[in-house]
Amino acid sequence: MDLKLQKIIPQLITVLVVVLVFGFFTYNAQINMENRGIDFGYGFLSQESSFDVQFSLIEYDGSHSYFRAYLVGLLNTILVSVIGIIIATILGVIVGVARLSPNYLINQFAAFYVEFFRNIPLLLQIFFWYFAALRALPLPQDADAMLGVFFLTIKGLYVPAFIWENLNVFLYSIIAAIIAIVVIRIHARKVQETQGKQLPVFWISVGLIFILPLLSFLIGGVSLSFEIPKLKQLAATSFKYEGGLSLPPELIALTLSLALYTATFIAECVRAGIQGVGKGQKEAAASIGLNPNQVLKLVVMPQALRIIIPPTTNQYLNLTKNSSLAAAIAYPDLVLVFAGTALMQTGKAIEIVSITMLTYLSLSISISILMNWYNKKIAIKEK
Amino acid sequence: MSKINFLKPDKENLNTFLYLGSFLFVISIIDVFLNSFFSLNITGFLPTSLSFLIPIILGFIGLHFIRIEHSGYKFLDQVNKNINTNNFNAILSLLIIFIIIKSIPPVLSWFVFDASFAGDSKDVCSGTGACWTYIKVWFRRFMYGMYPNAEQWRINLSFIALALLGSVGYFATEKFKKYLTLYYVVIYPFIAFLFIFFFISGGPIFFDFSYGIIAAVISIIIGFFIPGRFKFYYFIFVPITLYIALKYFIFYEELIELGKLDGLNWVETGAWGGLSLTFIISFFCLIFCFPIGMAFALGRRSDFPLIRYISIGFIEFWRGVPLITVLFMSAVMFPMFLPADFFIDKLVRCIIAISLFEAAYVAEVIRGGLQALPRGQYEAAKSLGMGYWRMHIFVILPQALKLVIPGIANTFLALVKDTPLIFVVGLLEIVGMLNLAKTNPEWLGFAMEGYVFAAIIFWIICYAMSKYSYNLEQKYKTER
Repeated sequence: MDLKLQKIIPQLITVLVVVLVFGFFTYNAQINMENRGIDFGYGFLSQESSFDVQFSLIEYDGSHSYFRAYLVGLLNTILVSVIGIIIATILGVIVGVARLSPNYLINQFAAFYVEFFRNIPLLLQIFFWYFAALRALPLPQDADAMLGVFFLTIKGLYVPAFIWENLNVFLYSIIAAIIAIVVIRIHARKVQETQGKQLPVFWISVGLIFILPLLSFLIGGVSLSFEIPKLKQLAATSFKYEGGLSLPPELIALTLSLALYTATFIAECVRAGIQGVGKGQKEAAASIGLNPNQVLKLVVMPQALRIIIPPTTNQYLNLTKNSSLAAAIAYPDLVLVFAGTALMQTGKAIEIVSITMLTYLSLSISISILMNWYNKKIAIKEK
Repeated sequence: MSKINFLKPDKENLNTFLYLGSFLFVISIIDVFLNSFFSLNITGFLPTSLSFLIPIILGFIGLHFIRIEHSGYKFLDQVNKNINTNNFNAILSLLIIFIIIKSIPPVLSWFVFDASFAGDSKDVCSGTGACWTYIKVWFRRFMYGMYPNAEQWRINLSFIALALLGSVGYFATEKFKKYLTLYYVVIYPFIAFLFIFFFISGGPIFFDFSYGIIAAVISIIIGFFIPGRFKFYYFIFVPITLYIALKYFIFYEELIELGKLDGLNWVETGAWGGLSLTFIISFFCLIFCFPIGMAFALGRRSDFPLIRYISIGFIEFWRGVPLITVLFMSAVMFPMFLPADFFIDKLVRCIIAISLFEAAYVAEVIRGGLQALPRGQYEAAKSLGMGYWRMHIFVILPQALKLVIPGIANTFLALVKDTPLIFVVGLLEIVGMLNLAKTNPEWLGFAMEGYVFAAIIFWIICYAMSKYSYNLEQKYKTER
């Protein structure tokens, strides 16, 4: 047998097997759908959905289309993921740094936290917060105000709503501040490279990000007021809060458990990253006369981030995928709204499950492409 | 005695500072201790906010006084180095000590002192503590699901037998050591399958599946005698042919008769549940996902572009979607892809879905190990005249797998933690059973106890696994 044939035959066989399996599946699917009288197609997306969703970021009710319902689910998934990622990052960085603390009590405490939350299934944690911990909260009429404006009750968390006037001016001022900071940074780097002088970039940036939005309040006519939730009696024993924003308990339980669970993994990434920077690097930096702040900023962090960021992005992705567990406590995310309710109503199993999977898939693939690009950019260029 | 500067404790006045500092520190601890264990407030005469802050202030000053470098007392130096390096650390240490002291009494009283253990009805649970009676009454359901009480010895017996058979590796003598891999990879899973199939289910429900296993085992055994260059084609065609032959031509009737053990009732998989189902699913997924993952890891590094692309597609697909949608797919979409008269049991579909899902993760972990091996290993193996399979089986995989033990262990841990998700298809393992029990009208209001109980069980399992994998990692760590 010559070499070429030896290379082609195994590939051909594999492709043949794959094609046969897929062919078998499609053939069966066709027959099954014919028997049950279901036709294949995505036309249902524009039909009226006629089901309601408890919690939605955009305007939605039963008269909107299935596509709108899909968007509602997707936005709810993104909302949970973004809040969860922010909390998990803050907590994870704190715990990761705490694990490296020379203080025995602090690092044992951090280690305890990591070992404790990492080894309990996420679903169990979600159930615990939702069915056990949050159920122990007071009824609306018995709730104490936290800081006078937050109300944590069994029906959810009520927070004051922001009421803006001329919001766009405020946003423009923030954008202007960011652009100014970028320009100043570039200028400062140039100055440092040519003249060796260091400008106090950090303080200038802090000043800018505060002063410009402040100016927008004073001159630009922006004003901000709060709408504080108020207790209202519906019936003799039934109370509810009106006004302000209300976060449903499902959202709280889900973000809390996702953040607590993912933070343990992020903490481990952070710890590995900081430990991964050699001791010699810090000593070398100190020996050329950098102060501790500069050592951290210019030597340790850039190298540690290179180790920390890729696995942490992976954890963000995991968090986003894990947010699909929302279905277990009836938080209306993509899986519950679309792959649950919409599927029950239309019976279009193949279309709906494939759309749901593709959504998650495109989310992960786009992030991993971004990650690969970033990895290539920051990789140490070895000769 | 020289001048004392209270802002800068020094060695000159060591004893003064030491007595004063430890006195203040002990006072602050005693204050918190009395407050939390005996609800006595010895600083009650002060305003509330001050009385609340006083232990921290006292403790902080105390720790400040005893922060003396090179004091000559070993214990003091240890304390300073570990919990008292600077003011910030001192405050954090104090806070942690206080939190621990504060949280011990409520936790202990909930878990033990105020909890109810006796009796077997809800009436005994009137205290403020946990109601362990609830766990006691529902214990069998949490362990075995809806499996009939009278038949539960079958599950126990199978698990004990499998645990004993699994521990053979520890007692094997040098002479038998070389057969251990064969035993664990081929024979042990087969025995485990037979146990679960004949004993726990007690009926011919998995039948198609068992043909597959028999065909695979027979073909692997024959495979040892097939010359190397035909092995690839052999393993592609023969198992499938054997499977079809077994199913349609040879022993069909006889095997069904063989499948029914006398005196054992058939228990359908819908009734399985509880912790035993967690074990069964984790066990089977673990067995299946490993070889599939290995195959795709090799496929992804293969020289054949088509095989490589197919492997990449497979891995990235499963890694990109959440498990819950995979289970949804196995529940609602997969039956559409099969012939109408072809029925696969819910549990089997679940196991297939989880195995494929975890296999993608295992594949990535193993690929990491394969990539970490230096090129020299491949080249050395090739220069000895080894072919692809020989090179991988004897040179590459043993080294690569050693490297990825922690990664594999993490994936298996994730697998165990993912099993509760099978509630999507209606199977109830321990967490699912908890949710069912919690809605029972006679036992409302004990959700907390149930979740704590399950959390403890899962924590012990996962923690033990991660420690074991750490030990394995240390044991197989080879210097290079």
